[in-house]
Amino acid sequence: MTYGTTVPYSASSPGPRGSQRVSPGPAGTGPAGTGPAGGDLPRLLPVHGAVPVDLHTHVSRYAAPPYFGHPGQLIPVLKAAGLTGRGGAAFPVYRKLQAVAEARTRPVVIGNGAEGEPASDKDKSLLWISPHLVLDGLQLAAEAVGSQAVALYVHRNARLQERLRAAVAERAAAGIDRAPVEIIDAPPRFLAGEESALASRISGQPAMPRFKPPRVFERGVVGRPTLVHNVETLAHMALIARYGPAWFRAVGTPGEPGSMLCTLHPADGRRDVVETALGTPLRELLRLDGTQAVLSGGYHGAWVPAADAARMTLSNEDLQPAGAFVGAGVLVALPATRCGIAETARVARYLALESAGQCGPCFNGLPRIAAALDEVASPRPDPRAVTDMIRWAGLVEGRGACHHPDGTTRFVRSALHVFREEIRNHSAGRCVDPAREPFLPLPADTALAAADWS
Amino acid sequence: MKKELRVDPTACSGHGLCAELLPELITLDEWGYPIVAREPVPRSLDRHVRRAVTDCPTLALRLLPAS
Ligand SMILES: Cc1cc2nc3c(=O)[nH]c(=O)nc-3n(C[C@H](O)[C@H](O)[C@H](O)COP(=O)(O)O)c2cc1C
Ligand code: SF4
Ligand code: SF4
Repeated sequence: MTYGTTVPYSASSPGPRGSQRVSPGPAGTGPAGTGPAGGDLPRLLPVHGAVPVDLHTHVSRYAAPPYFGHPGQLIPVLKAAGLTGRGGAAFPVYRKLQAVAEARTRPVVIGNGAEGEPASDKDKSLLWISPHLVLDGLQLAAEAVGSQAVALYVHRNARLQERLRAAVAERAAAGIDRAPVEIIDAPPRFLAGEESALASRISGQPAMPRFKPPRVFERGVVGRPTLVHNVETLAHMALIARYGPAWFRAVGTPGEPGSMLCTLHPADGRRDVVETALGTPLRELLRLDGTQAVLSGGYHGAWVPAADAARMTLSNEDLQPAGAFVGAGVLVALPATRCGIAETARVARYLALESAGQCGPCFNGLPRIAAALDEVASPRPDPRAVTDMIRWAGLVEGRGACHHPDGTTRFVRSALHVFREEIRNHSAGRCVDPAREPFLPLPADTALAAADWS
Repeated sequence: MKKELRVDPTACSGHGLCAELLPELITLDEWGYPIVAREPVPRSLDRHVRRAVTDCPTLALRLLPAS
């Protein structure tokens, strides 16, 4: 079952229904007793609409966070649960905790709520509606790796940050937290949540990525080993610590267990945050009639033709062979009446402006790729534009300090493939949508923000 | 242990000295930035590689364990 929720940042409406379930396994092996039925969704968002959950309601529903008493104890539980990161890369959570827990210096733990992706609302919604699950997860992660230095890095929104500061103060007063939590402002940039940019920002520098190695889990905030997890990942951790791996696996697929938050952009222009099981058919999440293509994985993701998407589920198992991935759960249905090339060109220009401009290939290549795509979006484009673009894409991939060039070219390359019919139309001087009213969401002030990284 | 040459693109200023010192492993792209072969550095080039690493004016070249 998927549930919609009111998103405080966008238009709201009830979410779509339906999910695939696997039957619940044996009773949980976690430290806490049995919890709510594992198959019930939503888990992270309150059942009844969008009323934010205060500390009293949270504790009466879930009890206080189940501290284990020793570092390391949560790690095998997370391994058995099969939890993967919900920030985009779907990396197994236990492996990062293990690496950080084994470090010789005291680590830092950061909850990543930067949510720089303009088409994503799920982290802001989660922090707004269920802040205490995220804060529980942060404490439990800190205990697991033996850290006392904890912070929550949050998208720049004064109301949200104020509410989180109040929640943190309330927990401190109630004696629920073991480590003090700082709320740190994330600049409203696409790259602000990239983990090395995050570490740089929290160390007092601009939020720009740096070259790896060393990875952030080796040397991050002020040079210390740093565990960075997406805020949704932390919220899942808080529940797995209570109810155990079998409960977590009661929804989802064996290979990709659990539920995840998605930001849905149906073709009618609405915007919803829903929680759904992995393995849910995409057509249950988005109505696909009147849709030509689905964008999965946000602006570093890929377009998939609607006819193919109709046969896929929300899983990397289905999406990766098509060059896409689940990512952080952004799904956009592009109406048949819009020009996919013009839409991609507009976003590519934004992505080029969001480059930190530190790496030669990214600095030189992304604006050229965006300009070439603009050319392809125009009537009777220069036929060299596509070949230039493909050459430049090859020149930027794998050559940045971060994955911004790689994500950008994945998005652009998928458009060249999926909208090839539209490219032929443009060559003949036609376009499906000459009016070109923007569909994919972008921040209003991209160009103005271009110089502000702190 | 096998080593691999990498360039830190945030440090590289693209003057191309490395491509002159080590044409066996480094070419320049159309904007003048180095493209480094992603392969273990052959032993026969060890000395040249070390030279390129120390001579890069911005210390952007790194000799790292091969991936
Ligand atoms: C360009 C770029 C932007 C990113 N932005 C975010 C973000 O806004 N929030 C986030 O949680 N992760 C973001 N990530 C992923 C983080 O680097 C990191 O992998 C993640 O926070 C780890 O958390 P997880 O393991 O819980 O997913 C971004 C990665 C890249 C390459
Ligand atoms: S690859 Fe691009 S976005 Fe990433 S650090 Fe380098 S210049 Fe910045
Ligand atoms: S010598 Fe150094 S700065 Fe110059 S191009 Fe090579 S890596 Fe870049």
